[in-house]
Amino acid sequence: MTEKPIYLDNAAATRLDEKVLEAMRPCFFENYAVATSEFGYSQGLEARETLAQARAAVAAALGAEPDELIFTSGNTESSNLALKGVAKSLGLQKGNRIILSKVEDFPVLHSARALEKQGYIVDYADVDEYGRINPDELEALIRDETILVSIQHGNQEIGTIQDIAAIGELCHRKQVLFHTDATHSFTRVPLDVKKIHVDLITLSAHTIHGPKGIGGLYVRKGTPISKIMDGGFQEFDLRAGIENIPGAVGFAKAVELVTPEENARLSAMRDRIIQQVFSTIPLTTLNGHPEQRLPQNANITFHHVEGESVTLHLDMYGIAVSTGSACFSRSLEASHVMMAIGGDHERAHGSIRFTFGRCNAMEEIDFVVEKLAKIIEELRKISPLGKTGGASHDISL
Amino acid sequence: MTFPYNEIVLDHFRNPRNVGSLENPDGKATEGSPACGDMVSVYIQVDQATQIITDIKFESYGCASNIATGSIITELAKGKTLEEAKNITWKQASEALGGLPPIKAHCSVLAVEGLRSAIQNYEEKHGLTADRETTTEEIVRRRLKRVMNPMKGLDMVATQMVKEIEIKDGIIRVVVDLPEDHQFAASIKEEAKERLENLWDVNKVIIEFSK
Repeated sequence: MTEKPIYLDNAAATRLDEKVLEAMRPCFFENYAVATSEFGYSQGLEARETLAQARAAVAAALGAEPDELIFTSGNTESSNLALKGVAKSLGLQKGNRIILSKVEDFPVLHSARALEKQGYIVDYADVDEYGRINPDELEALIRDETILVSIQHGNQEIGTIQDIAAIGELCHRKQVLFHTDATHSFTRVPLDVKKIHVDLITLSAHTIHGPKGIGGLYVRKGTPISKIMDGGFQEFDLRAGIENIPGAVGFAKAVELVTPEENARLSAMRDRIIQQVFSTIPLTTLNGHPEQRLPQNANITFHHVEGESVTLHLDMYGIAVSTGSACFSRSLEASHVMMAIGGDHERAHGSIRFTFGRCNAMEEIDFVVEKLAKIIEELRKISPLGKTGGASHDISL
Repeated sequence: MTFPYNEIVLDHFRNPRNVGSLENPDGKATEGSPACGDMVSVYIQVDQATQIITDIKFESYGCASNIATGSIITELAKGKTLEEAKNITWKQASEALGGLPPIKAHCSVLAVEGLRSAIQNYEEKHGLTADRETTTEEIVRRRLKRVMNPMKGLDMVATQMVKEIEIKDGIIRVVVDLPEDHQFAASIKEEAKERLENLWDVNKVIIEFSK
């Protein structure tokens, strides 16, 4: 056990940056008023201005106008609003088909599943061995009845980045709305709505050292969308409920704190762990695209061992990582992403995801790989896979 | 630190007993479920005169509860007669480990099955088993008793999840009392299929959900 835990699960949560907390503090103790209408009292008008500044800052990071950004409670709500809000606004008569990639995260997947119960048909675009969809295959899937395409920007598990410029161009040409889930790519990978035609973008603060419970949805001007939660008229009448001003301010600060230098530092850590693992541990496979991947994500399968055993052993050394193994998931299913890239169950169960953040240091990587090498060796010794003779089985790689 | 298992389980996970294989085992078996991601091989040495298990080894490709159960099962079986060892249940193994989380039942039950299958392998080799029997509802039910309900830590038969069983022309149809989009529906379906598909006179297994 090291003195300080090594947290390599930054795709799940990140440590709040102290500067973010400082920026949020006045919204809790000094002016904690709700944003009022323009005819409200002073504190309400000031709160309104604070919210507007935060909105402008987050929108600017996408090259968007302030009134194209809606604050939500996080990426789950944003993706729910994008899919269900568009479906609600257009109605079934406009068209009843939606296209998703097979590697979308649960907010998109399960929102689409909910729409299926209302009569929509979901078409799934396949991905290649690296997790990328083929724009030509996507084009073939688009029909007259297709109203929306939802293809993520960066993958939550294997880090693969989709060619959303090509997808956006295609959707625009075909006059189909395009939503992308940028929960894991926002500020880490450039995305400018002036250059790339996207109609809706899901954002979240929790992946970039901002607070949990705040996210955003970019809505290009003129996009048909209706609110899905009833209440007041906040957020341009698209998201009812008292505005989370501290969250919005924290989100804006978090966006401001991400720099190209930091992203370069994260990708250096990513490259180092991949290189170190491959040079010291045999029988390993990189999951996801070798180049087109998020700077903070490395995902590697250690063959012949099961992921939950690996995570528990690492936990005993104070190292936190995630795995695509069924035993680690809440539904006892192997990762649908790993299965979609053609991985068999064995490749999914032995996959370990390392995601880096601002608080990680290069020195941590050598320690992690040293412990990993030992753990994998021990687990392989007791595994019946990869041996010859006896009752042992070999699952070909 | 807060680990997801108790101290006994963690001890068996960190230092599993009787790990490895036997050179010329009297009985051996591998039980595995690719869907669940666990696999266990069990090797036994049997004293023919006394029918006592004199040596036992196991190998595991699996999660912590799978490894720990493999370890404890070898300790429980060593020195027992085949009849005694056959009757060791998952519940006994779990109790010897100080309790396992219900959601982990399906991973650890494999080790118990591995032991039973290794004994069966020994019995087959020594002509101690009966001929193949035609698959009946009772046999299907017995097989489904090995599929764990992750919500209860008991099998799907005991927890009344099996609503209907139909066997016709080599096709087994099982209706499970769960909504199709239930959190565990996909996992239960895959496991139930795995349990039934290898019956010698079965060509197809259909698992349906009732709600």
